[in-house]
Parts: sequence; structure tokens; C-alpha cells
Amino acid sequence: MWRQYVKMLKTGLKTESLRKIERDLDIETLGVEVRRLVDKNFASSLAIRQVDAGSCNGCELEIHALNNVYYDVERFGVHFVASPRHADVLLVTGPVSRNMEAALRRTYEATPDPKWVIACGDCAMCGGEFGVSYASCGAVENVIPVDVKISGCPPSPAVLLRGILEALGKRRKKK
Amino acid sequence: MTAFSNFISTLEQQGIIRRSEITLTPAKVWQIEPKEWGNCARLARDAGWRWSAGWGEDLGDTLRINSLIEMSGDYLLLRAEVPSQAPELPSQTPYFLAADRSERHTRDMLGICFLEHPDERRWTRHQGWGEDEHPLRKVFPLPGNPPEQTPPDKDYPFVKAQGASVYEIPVGPVHAGIIEPGHFRFQAVGETVLNLEERLGYVHKGIEKLAEGRDPEGLARLAARISGDTTVGHAWAACLAMERATGIEIPERGAYLRAIMAERERIVNHLGDMGAICNDVGFAFAHYQFGRLREEWLRDNRNLFGHRLLMDLLVPGGVAMDLDPKAIDTLDTALNRLGRELDELLAILDRNTTLGDRLYTTGILTSKTATTLGCLGYVGRSSGQSFDVRREAPYPPYDQLKVKVPSEDLGDVGSRFWIRYKEIRVAMRLLRVLLGRLPAGATRADFPVPAEGAEGLGIVEGWRGEIVTYVRFGEDGHIDRFFPRDPSWLNWSALERIVLENIVPDFPVCNKSVNGSYSGVDL
Ligand code: SF4
Repeated sequence: MWRQYVKMLKTGLKTESLRKIERDLDIETLGVEVRRLVDKNFASSLAIRQVDAGSCNGCELEIHALNNVYYDVERFGVHFVASPRHADVLLVTGPVSRNMEAALRRTYEATPDPKWVIACGDCAMCGGEFGVSYASCGAVENVIPVDVKISGCPPSPAVLLRGILEALGKRRKKK
Repeated sequence: MTAFSNFISTLEQQGIIRRSEITLTPAKVWQIEPKEWGNCARLARDAGWRWSAGWGEDLGDTLRINSLIEMSGDYLLLRAEVPSQAPELPSQTPYFLAADRSERHTRDMLGICFLEHPDERRWTRHQGWGEDEHPLRKVFPLPGNPPEQTPPDKDYPFVKAQGASVYEIPVGPVHAGIIEPGHFRFQAVGETVLNLEERLGYVHKGIEKLAEGRDPEGLARLAARISGDTTVGHAWAACLAMERATGIEIPERGAYLRAIMAERERIVNHLGDMGAICNDVGFAFAHYQFGRLREEWLRDNRNLFGHRLLMDLLVPGGVAMDLDPKAIDTLDTALNRLGRELDELLAILDRNTTLGDRLYTTGILTSKTATTLGCLGYVGRSSGQSFDVRREAPYPPYDQLKVKVPSEDLGDVGSRFWIRYKEIRVAMRLLRVLLGRLPAGATRADFPVPAEGAEGLGIVEGWRGEIVTYVRFGEDGHIDRFFPRDPSWLNWSALERIVLENIVPDFPVCNKSVNGSYSGVDL
């Protein structure tokens, strides 16, 4: 057990400040408005239900990374929940495959109002490499209403974080 | 091999099968009379061949069925052609269980009837298209004719179990965690799993159909998105297939860079999986430690290669990036640091008895079952299999390297945990050699316009195991047929066996220890 404690102490605190994460963003477009909302809303709690509606699983890897020690998304009050019934936000990835269409609709219906949908990644935004076909409905908004779109293939955790905080801002406004 | 080669030579004498003039490196091609299709599989199995991949093609008047089999690094591609109007031939599944889902996929997608296939049920088809529509037939248009809203696939005839105190647990397609969608149907008594049936196909995006008509670069981009965690592996297999189809060799530096990226992909995925396995048994410390190490490597990927997951860096003809000499020092330092950190973690993990309690003897896959199912990669290698394309059928640059293939033989979750650790160590050694010997020169060759009908096979060792990709070009250098076979095709069915007699709460860790790709098989 002592080895574990030694390793913990040696590792130290790796979680990065939001400022640092944003500084490292490739694209520096964070608007002043959003920043203000973000600062104000840190204490808010946001329950997210992630739904893979047809993704290649690349987006999931980066969503997972939000929970690693560097990003530690929970410190912003953002947490991932196991059921849509507990969710404020659906974070949907992938083009919506026809085989997932009904499941996505049902998940949306199961989410209590008011609810927000984030389309995560190029596929969810516009169909990406897959588009609309016999097997794919393309963008998420072709199936359920979308509030926030996050581009990237996949969006990096920093970009995801910004997208989620943007939803947090919208949430304030909708209220 | 004798039974099979005797069979081959007898049938060859009778003119029932013939050696094709074409060779699809690394495979030799044999043309089989359709009625001998099942027979041929039986003899191949008896002679010890492993069934590796299967796919069909619409050639107009005929449909062509392909089966790739392998023994000791030798590949044979068996081919049969049946008329498009009444396409049927004996199934290979009675002899190679590994062919099961592949044949069902081919049946759904091309309408080929595999006689004596033990399972009549559809696989990839849910409710998006009708029973007599076959998306991979050339007459089927890409947009298809989908219903306004696709209904849920609720009448799939799952296997039922009956009896006192037997109950059923349906799970998915939307799961509780951040993972891909699929349906699992359990039958259990008390806490013990009696039966598990997987129902996949939920993320079917029509990748094979979408590939048709793409140019080589477009195909590489699509291949990079077959399974995001294997973007390097699939892009490499697709590029290799296209390069072999056109007969070009890529610059040595390009091949080395591909291998560097493939080994990095192996390491980051194994780190993530080791953390996730620990997390599934409640050992949060290890989850965070491995997650941190993975993140550090992903950041190096972004800073030095240009993309965290290394997406779109492999292109037909080579790679679309280069490493500067300073980057090599950084990568070396990162390797040393990872080595030290793993040493420290090893000491902690090894001594942790609660971890051992949960991982050892949980979810056993016997060596016999692994052989029967043709399991690949870490799943196979933790159950007594030793196959690794990098060693058995090496492609550049592995043909210049010595690849050590580690193994474990208990076949439990613990074995599948530790094999990943060992594979990380091997990959780290390979990375040192690759970085040390990185040749100078160009990273990319011009990619010529492929001739109509040119075809190629790309077989590489992805981080989950052997990836097989078939490519055939049509008019104007555009793709006419593309089939990528992710190793998960062969490992998913192992999970159904692994959980038997285990308790339901151990399912997540069993599942994670296999970590099949949904997107990779749903296509
Ligand atoms: S946006 Fe990119 S990473 Fe995300 S699902 Fe689509 S192809 Fe995969």
C-alpha cells in the first residue's frame, strides 16, 4: 500500500486550470461572452447522458479523456450519468445510423424537459465522412433537435469542454 | 497440411479447383467449384488451417465469395463464383465457427444463400432495409429506400431459456457508460450467467457501400474511421492493399513512420484498457494513473505528429507528415519515462491482492475455444495462440525487425490484462529500434492511377490483432469493392463463451478485457 501512496505523491496534481486548457486550444475563438457565462456558471451542475448513435468510437475516446486527471470535467459540476432520465444534456456522437435511429429518439423522449442536445463531432454535426445513405440518417439534427454543435474529428477534450460550457451558457439563457 | 494439400492436388487433377494465375500478396489464390466450398473448409480445418476472413463481391452476372485461410504465416485465398440469379453454395460455418457471422453478413448484404448454415437469422440487417434488398448488390443505390422513420428491431428471435428461476436480462443498445451501442441478452439463474447472446449491427453505417466510387485518398480517410481506436491499423491495411494493387513500394522512411504510429496506437489503447479493466473492478488509483499516461502520449501525438489519435496521417503511398530530429529526442525521453512509470505501477499492481481476486480465474477462455473461434490479438495470445502478422507474415518495416510475441496461457481476465502489459513492453522496444534506425529520405511516393480490376490484400497487425483488407479498383482508379475485416469479428463471439458460469456483475470487466469494436464489425 505504501508504494501506492508514494506513487500518488510523486505524481502530484496534474489537473490543469481552464485557462491553461484554453491556451492550448489550437483555435483561439472563445468569445468574451461565453467566457463570462462560464465564469459565472462554474457552480452549476450539468448531468450528461452520452449517446453513440453511430460513431466510429473516436469521439468516445476523447469524451472519456474528459474524465482523466488533466481535464477532470467533474470539477465544473459536469458529470456523466447512466440514464437519460437523470440527464440535462444528451451528448450525441456519430452520424445517426438507421439502426440506432429509434433508440436515439427514445432516449431523447426519455430525457426530462428542459433538455439540451449537443451534437459532438463532425459526423454528428453534418454526417462527416458517412453522410446520408441507406444506412445513415446523417447529422443528428435530422433526427432530433440540436442546441449546440461541436466540430472536430474527433473534437479534442479541450474543444469538447468548451462546447459543453457553451451549453451551460445556453442553459442559463433558456432558463 | 497433408490432408489439405492432397485434397487440393486431387481436385486439381479432376479440374474441380484450379490455382489462379493471380497472387494477391501475401496470399495464393485458388478457384474452388462452389459445391466443394464446404468440403474444402472441412479439409482445411482438419489440416490445421485457421479461418481468417470472408467476404463477397458483386461481379455482375456472378457473385464471388472469398475465404482467407492461414497456416504458419501462409495465406490461401479461396474463391468461388455463383450466378447472381440463384446464388447459393455450402456454408463453411459447420467446419469453421469463425465464419458464422461473416457468412450471415454476406447473406444480408449480397443475398448469397449459405446452405447448411446453422443460423438462419439475419445479422447486419435490422429494419433499415427489406429482406430481399441487398445493399452490396450494384443495382442497390447508395441512398437506398429507407422508411421515413426506421422502426426498432424488436422481433429478433433471441435464444430463450426456460425453467424455474431462469430470468432474462436485456441490455442495450444504449448502455450505461460511454461506450458503443449493442445489445446483450443474458439468461441467468441467480447471479450466474447461463447464456449470453450478442446482437450487434447498431452502428452499421454502410462503409463497404460508401467506399464504392471513392478515390484512393478518400478510401484512406474512410478506412481511418472504421474504428476510431484503430485509425492507424485500418488506414495502414487499406493503404497497403491499394499499394499492392498498384504494385508500388512506399519509401522506407514512410514505412518506418507508419510502424511508429502503429506501435504508439497499440500502446495508448493498451494503457487505456488496463486502466479501464482496473476501473471495472473498482481500483480507481490505477484507472487514473493509466489514464494519465495515455493522455501524455496522446499529447505527444498531437504535438509531434499532428493529431491526438493519429487520424488521416497514413495516405496511399506513405505518410502525410514527417518527424523532425528534435521530435525523436522527445519521443525517446517519453519512452524512458513511460518505462520508469510502468516499473513503479507494476510493483503496485502485482502486489494488490484485491485486484488479483477479481481478475484471476474470472472469464476464462480456453485455448481450445480460442482456436475454434480463431481468436486474434491479445484475446488469442492470452489463451495459448501465438499468431502475430508482424512475425508470421511480416510487411515492411517489420520484415527488418525481430518481433517478440508474448503470450499468457490461463485465458482469464488477468491474462488478458497482463498480456497488454507485455505487449506494451514489446511495442516500446520496437519503438526504440524504429526511432534509432529511422531512414532518411521521402515519406511519401506518388500514387499512380490504379488499373481497372487491380486488386490487393492488406494484412497488418493492428492493436487488436490481424486486420485483413481487400480492395479492388474499378473504372478511373475508383474503388469498386472494399472489405475491411477488423479482428473483433473473431473476438466478439469469444465473449459469449467467456462469461458463461461467471456472475452477471463480472460481465463489464469480462467485456472490457475483450474490448471488441462495435463500429469495426458493424461497418
Ligand atoms: S467525428 Fe470523427 S471521430 Fe467522431 S465519430 Fe465521426 S469519424 Fe469518428
